[in-house]
Amino acid sequence: MAHETHKSNKPADTNEAPGKSKKSTAYDPVCGMKVKTPSEYYLELDGKVYEFCSEKCMHQFANEPQKYRKSDGANSAAYNSTNYGLQKLKLPIVDMHCSSCAITIEKEINKLPGIKSSNVNYANETAYVDYDTNKTNTEDIIEAIKKAGYKTGRSVLKLGIQGMHCGSCVSQIEKELGNTKGVLSASVDLGTESAIINYIPGQIDIAEIKRIIEKLGYKTYLAQGYKSVKTPSSRDKQEKEPVGKEIKEEIEEPADENQAAREKEYKTLMKKFIFAAVLALPVIFFSYPTVWGLPEQFQMGSPVLRYIWIAMGLLALPVMFWSGSQFYTGAWAAFKNRSANMHTLIATGITAAWLYSIVATFFPQIFPEAELADQFFDVVFVVVALVVLGMALELRAKGKSSEAIKKLIGLQAKTARVIRYGKETDIPVEEVVLDDVIIVKPGDKIPVDGILIDGTSSIDESMITGEPIPVEKHKGDEIIGATINKTGSFRFKATKVGKDTALSQIIQMVEQAQSSKAPIQRVVDQVSGYFVPAVIIIAILSFVAWYLFGPVPQLIYALIVFVTVLVIACPCALGLATPISLMVGVGKGAENGILIRSGAALETAQKLNTIVLDKTGTITEGKPTLTDVITSNGFDEELVLSLSASVEKSSEHPLAEAIVKGAADKNLVLSDTQEFNAVPGHGVEAVVNDKKVLLGNLKMMQKFSIQLDNLEETSSKLADEGKTPMFIAIDGKSAGIVAVADVIKEDSIQAIEKLHKLGLEVVMITGDNKRTADAIARQVGIKRVLAEVLPEDKAFNVQKLQNEGKKVAMVGDGINDAPALAQADIGMAIGTGTDVAIEASDITLIKGSLKSVALAIELSKATMKNIKQNLFGAFFYNGLGIPIAAGLLFPFFGILLSPIIAGAAMAFSSVTVVTNANRLRKFKPKF
Amino acid sequence: MALDQIIVLIAGLSLSTWVAWYFWFSEKKVVKVVTGSGGTQEAIIKVKGGYSPDVLEFETGKPIKLNFIREETAACSEEVVFSDFNKKATLTPFKTVSVELEIDKPGEYGFQCGMGMLKGKLIVR
Repeated sequence: MAHETHKSNKPADTNEAPGKSKKSTAYDPVCGMKVKTPSEYYLELDGKVYEFCSEKCMHQFANEPQKYRKSDGANSAAYNSTNYGLQKLKLPIVDMHCSSCAITIEKEINKLPGIKSSNVNYANETAYVDYDTNKTNTEDIIEAIKKAGYKTGRSVLKLGIQGMHCGSCVSQIEKELGNTKGVLSASVDLGTESAIINYIPGQIDIAEIKRIIEKLGYKTYLAQGYKSVKTPSSRDKQEKEPVGKEIKEEIEEPADENQAAREKEYKTLMKKFIFAAVLALPVIFFSYPTVWGLPEQFQMGSPVLRYIWIAMGLLALPVMFWSGSQFYTGAWAAFKNRSANMHTLIATGITAAWLYSIVATFFPQIFPEAELADQFFDVVFVVVALVVLGMALELRAKGKSSEAIKKLIGLQAKTARVIRYGKETDIPVEEVVLDDVIIVKPGDKIPVDGILIDGTSSIDESMITGEPIPVEKHKGDEIIGATINKTGSFRFKATKVGKDTALSQIIQMVEQAQSSKAPIQRVVDQVSGYFVPAVIIIAILSFVAWYLFGPVPQLIYALIVFVTVLVIACPCALGLATPISLMVGVGKGAENGILIRSGAALETAQKLNTIVLDKTGTITEGKPTLTDVITSNGFDEELVLSLSASVEKSSEHPLAEAIVKGAADKNLVLSDTQEFNAVPGHGVEAVVNDKKVLLGNLKMMQKFSIQLDNLEETSSKLADEGKTPMFIAIDGKSAGIVAVADVIKEDSIQAIEKLHKLGLEVVMITGDNKRTADAIARQVGIKRVLAEVLPEDKAFNVQKLQNEGKKVAMVGDGINDAPALAQADIGMAIGTGTDVAIEASDITLIKGSLKSVALAIELSKATMKNIKQNLFGAFFYNGLGIPIAAGLLFPFFGILLSPIIAGAAMAFSSVTVVTNANRLRKFKPKF
Repeated sequence: MALDQIIVLIAGLSLSTWVAWYFWFSEKKVVKVVTGSGGTQEAIIKVKGGYSPDVLEFETGKPIKLNFIREETAACSEEVVFSDFNKKATLTPFKTVSVELEIDKPGEYGFQCGMGMLKGKLIVR
């Protein structure tokens, strides 16, 4: 690397403008010290000025410039002061997906005062900003970038600080850090004795931040939680990966990390379980000497047994504080927050059992009766072992519940083969920009959404739409990213990249829905706030009741009841019941091309009793197709069609397009037309191949006095079927009729039948005339038709149905029907291609088929049933378990639970809830 | 009634009353979050068996950023859910995970872990 060294005389471009001297400090890249600029010592390298505190630093830099320059690469930010108080800022940006992002960011930055120039480079994801330090600051620029929807590549540092005693220490550190260049924000927490510092790497480093704090007289240490927000763009790694490997390494980095954490937690829990369980065996053995018929010296009251008890009491400590450590930490944390949870219950229960046993072991003489001096160490061992095992199993099962979203995330392709500079290049999918032309070979995963421009193929879209049969794609067809190309090679133009792709939107929607709350959950929420403290109170009162009224030995019974009540109560089952089923249900929907927006939507969907279907595009294909060609006067069918198509060729009317397409499908050759003339409200006339052709309605034929014979009758019959007939006359003689209609989608009839079977009333709504509407309704088996409804009145009509006391779902496209979708109890947007996140819809059906409507309703019914089962189970379990544990059955049947049984029941009740929710994963569409 | 019984009765009743008061009726400590220089109300929430702080107060209309630091691997706290806003974040242990919100309507908005065992509250004024 070429560089020149200078000494002494001031470099021209660091000259200061008069009156702006205060702001100008630079940082020595070697020692990190503040240097007054312009400094006596400086170097210029690749057009950048580096300033130093001393000659020594300058030489050090000159010898190994790369070492000190490494932090001002594209991944970090850098400042560079220039003359006239201008600051040159270089900021890395995260999550830029297209070149248009750059413009958005620039626009937002330019809105700030004092910006001289801003330039965002998409290729290296960096913003270069020149700004006036007196008018704006780095923070504002970062805010502007954030406002544009992007993040800057800054780092967050969590630093432990020792020696703070008061609030003023906090503000002192915050102030000092706030005034430090490169630190974006610093917040110091006295309670946790730590600081969270947002900073720009490259401008300042951890060592420097620590030095600043230490200078103020505090000790620092690195706390856990250091994180660089800009993940070292995994781009470089990906480029080296062979394309074929992509499917295996699908899950994104953060998901992996969480997965790893979960895996680790599972292993730890299992170790804790095994430890407690192994120790529990001898403890149980010596706890029931009469049961096993042990010799005299191991029976109650013997000195040998006393030593064994002491050993058990000591062994219980690692079980409580290692195997059961989470109970204590969890309980304590909750207690500090004045709340209580499962951990509180278990921790209190086992502590009570242990304390009593210890007193019985060491001070048996304080008990009035010898039999009271018994121990319950076995309870500690077994309850800890079982509950920990339950937690581990629950963790395993929960991992499965969130599989759907993981699968979706894993669908994303990693690379794309695009044409850049006329060459085919493999690039990471993040670098694909709008309008890129992408080449797809058979077997390839399609990287982004777009439109096919060259070639044909069949594509497996099952992962997005749930449709198992590959879809034929031709020029002009929409291509969905993350689907798999089957047979042909083709090129397509990217129309949606990054966060805008259908897949990204789907993932976002599913995540949102999974985190929403189903209204049914409200009951649980109300209960759960009171649940645990209520259980504690019940346990205390049971203790008192047994002590006062129970049989001898009262103290023992009272203690058993107290511990059993605490251990058997399972708030987890209650808390898990709804969210876990919702997660599985919503995920299952996504697998089948049904995107449910929220838990509320899911809950309402199963209460529906009326489905309003928009005709055009929902029941029907939404575009007219040639259906009939009828000839008369001996004209040939092909001639009639080719002449009609030739005449209509130059028209852009959808009906005309249908005729032209109909002719093209039959491989007919179209001819040029002369003397083309459109007769408004009638039809068209033209000369084709020296033949005078008239094409139009009845009025057109009457106008030219064409003899129609029985064609008129045929025409009205076609109209009754919902078709649009057009007469054709050749050289003054009627030649036949071409009829065009919006045909019904293949599976509409079947789907509507299914909806009827589900007990739903199906209503058709359309702007079309009654005759056409009735014809379609007859064919699909719909009895109630709302025809000739203006688009703006659709919502009103939905409301009218609601006023009849019905729960109404409206199914339509997301654009024209948006008001009606919003009005309905459930709006379902159908067949929207890659545009999946439709605001007005509660449920989006990616697949264009009406079957999805039935499926969505079935799925929501299945999910709600599952939730109810879970809730019932959880309430029933707790509602029954707690009174029995309290000994309610004892006076009548002499039944009293042992705390060990309670522990087992508690551990498996939450596992049961998760397992039940996982049954939903087996939900299969019944078509 | 014997003396020991009276003691147990009184102790039991008063303990129950204390439990009810402590968990249900006592005032929770509210942490007021101040607006940072960037206009964002930023707070750090430590996640360990609970959220600390768990009751945070914000101003309406200004962006809110909650930095969660999960200092445990116990799976309970793996997820934090803001069901009022359909937002959810998976908290990676020992990492800072931020949740950004902007609340325009004053009120109290709860947040909780995936299964509702750990709870917190945002008070927006």
